[in-house]
Amino acid sequence: MLKSLFHTQLTLGFAQAGIASVLALAVVLLARRRNIHLESDAAIALLRGIVQIVAVGSILALLLKSPRWTSVFLLTGMIIAAGSISAKRAKNIPGARKVSTYSIAAGAGLVTAVMTWAGVIDTAITSLIPVGSMIIANAMNTNGLALNRFRSEVLAHAGEIETALALGAAPEHTVASYAESSIHASLIPAIDNLRSLGIVWIPGLMTGMLLSGADPLYAAIYQFVVIAMILASSGLTSLLSTMMIRNHAFSAAEQLVLKSSG
Amino acid sequence: MSVAQQTASGAVVLRTEHLGRSVGDISVVAGISLDVYHGEMLGIVGASGSGKSSLLRLLNRLDEPTSGTVFLDGQDYRQFSPRELRRRVGMVTQRPFLFPGNVAGNIRFGPLQRGEVVADEDIARLLERVGLPGFAGREVANLSGGEQQRVSLARALANRPDILLLDEPTSALDEQAKMGVEQLICSLVKDTSLTCVMVTHDRDQARRMCDRVALLEAGRLIQFGKPAEVLGA
Ligand SMILES: Nc1ncnc2c1ncn2[C@@H]1O[C@H](COP(=O)(O)OP(=O)(O)OP(=O)(O)O)[C@@H](O)[C@H]1O
Ligand SMILES: [Mg+2]
Repeated sequence: MLKSLFHTQLTLGFAQAGIASVLALAVVLLARRRNIHLESDAAIALLRGIVQIVAVGSILALLLKSPRWTSVFLLTGMIIAAGSISAKRAKNIPGARKVSTYSIAAGAGLVTAVMTWAGVIDTAITSLIPVGSMIIANAMNTNGLALNRFRSEVLAHAGEIETALALGAAPEHTVASYAESSIHASLIPAIDNLRSLGIVWIPGLMTGMLLSGADPLYAAIYQFVVIAMILASSGLTSLLSTMMIRNHAFSAAEQLVLKSSG
Repeated sequence: MSVAQQTASGAVVLRTEHLGRSVGDISVVAGISLDVYHGEMLGIVGASGSGKSSLLRLLNRLDEPTSGTVFLDGQDYRQFSPRELRRRVGMVTQRPFLFPGNVAGNIRFGPLQRGEVVADEDIARLLERVGLPGFAGREVANLSGGEQQRVSLARALANRPDILLLDEPTSALDEQAKMGVEQLICSLVKDTSLTCVMVTHDRDQARRMCDRVALLEAGRLIQFGKPAEVLGA
C-alpha cells in the first residue's frame, strides 16, 4: 500500500517510520488511560532515536564512498570508546581503562585482522565495519563482565586473599580461582549465543543479508562464522583483561589494595 | 631500654619506630614505638576502633606504613621481600578463613608457596601439638569454630615463623573453646619460645596471658608495661 504512494526509498522510509511511531504512541495513549504516564519519555525517545539513526545512516552513506583504509581509523575509534565504557564496570580498580582498552584492542583487533587477512571478512567498508563493530561490541561486553565479576569476587573474598598473602603466597596465586571464574562467567553469553544460534534467535546480520537478497544458506553459514569469531575475540579479551587486572588489585609490596573501603 | 632489662627478657626481635598509618586525613596508627622481646607474649589492648588491628597489619606489612618503620632482627623490614617477611612474621585472625578442602591441605599451604612439601608425619605432629590428633583428612567445612581456629594456628605454625601475630584469636569462640585455644597459645609460647603479639579487647585475657601490654587510644600508644601496671590489678 505504502509503496504505491511513495516512490523514492527515502520518502518511503520516513513514511514507514511515521507509521511505526504512530503505533508506538497509540500504545502510550493506551497506557495513559490506565494512568501510566509514558508520553514525554516515549516522545523524546522516539524523536531522539530517529535523529540518531538518521545521523548514523548519513555517515554510513558518506563512508561507503571513502577509501577502504578509513575503516582502520573507525575501528580504532570504536576500540578506544569500548575500552572506556567497559572500564566503568571495574570501578575503583586503578588502571582499569588501560587494561580494558589493551585487552579489547588485542582480542578484537587480532581476530578482525587475521580474519580479514584470511579473506573471511571482506575488506569492503560495508562488510568490515559492521562485522568489526560486532566483534568489538561483544569483546567490550565480555571485558565488562569479566572485570565486574573479578572485582566482586575479590571484594567478597578479601579475608581469604589476605590470609593467603599472610602465609607467603604470591599475589596472583591468591586470586587465581577468582580470575578463572571471571573468565568463565564472562564467556557464558558468547557460548550461549553459539548454542542457541538459529533456534532461539536469528541475529541481525543474517536478517540483513536475507533482506538484501543473499542466499539463505550462505547467510546462515556466515552468521555462524561471525558468532564463532565473536567467541574467539571475547575469549582472548577476557583472558587478557583478567590477567592484567590481577596485578592492579595489589600494590608493589604485595598488599591487597582493591577493597571496599578504598 | 636498659641493657639489664634486655638481657633479662631476651633479645629484641621486633622493633617499631614511630610507626604510623594515615588513610586520607584519618590517622589510624600514630607514631608507635615499641620493642618486642624474643619469646614474650605482648598484648595490644584498647577500645574498639583504637587501631589494634591496624597496628598488627603493619607488622607483617599487609598494609603499608605512611610513617616510621619496623625492624626485624635489627633490619628494616622493607629489606625483606614481602613473602619472606610474612613467612617469618605469621598471622592468625579472628576468623580462620580456612581454604576449601581438608585440614592437611591447609597446613601444607604456606610451605608449598616456597615449593616445600610438609611430610605427613610433620602434619600429624603439628595437629597433635594443637590438640587435633588424627584430623589431617577431615574436611574443614565440618569442623567446629574452636577446631577451625586450631587448624588456623597449625597452618600458621607450619611456616615456622619467628613471630606470630594474633588478632583476637578467641573472640569468635564460645567460653569453653576460648579457654582451650588460650591455653594452647600459652603453651606454644612457653614450649617453643615463640614470640607473640596478640590483640585482644578482653582485659582479663590480657592479664592471664601477656608478659607485657600496650594500651592504644585513637591510634596512639598511651601506656606500655606489665599487665598489672597498665590494666590495674
Ligand atoms: N582503610 C581504612 N580506611 C579508613 N579508616 C580505616 C581504615 N582501616 C581502619 N580504619 C579506621 O581506623 C580505626 C582503627 O581500626 P582498627 O580496625 O584497627 O580498630 P581495632 O582497634 O582493631 O577495633 P576492634 O576492636 O573493633 O577490632 C577505626 O576507626 C577504623 O574505622
Ligand atoms: Mg580489630
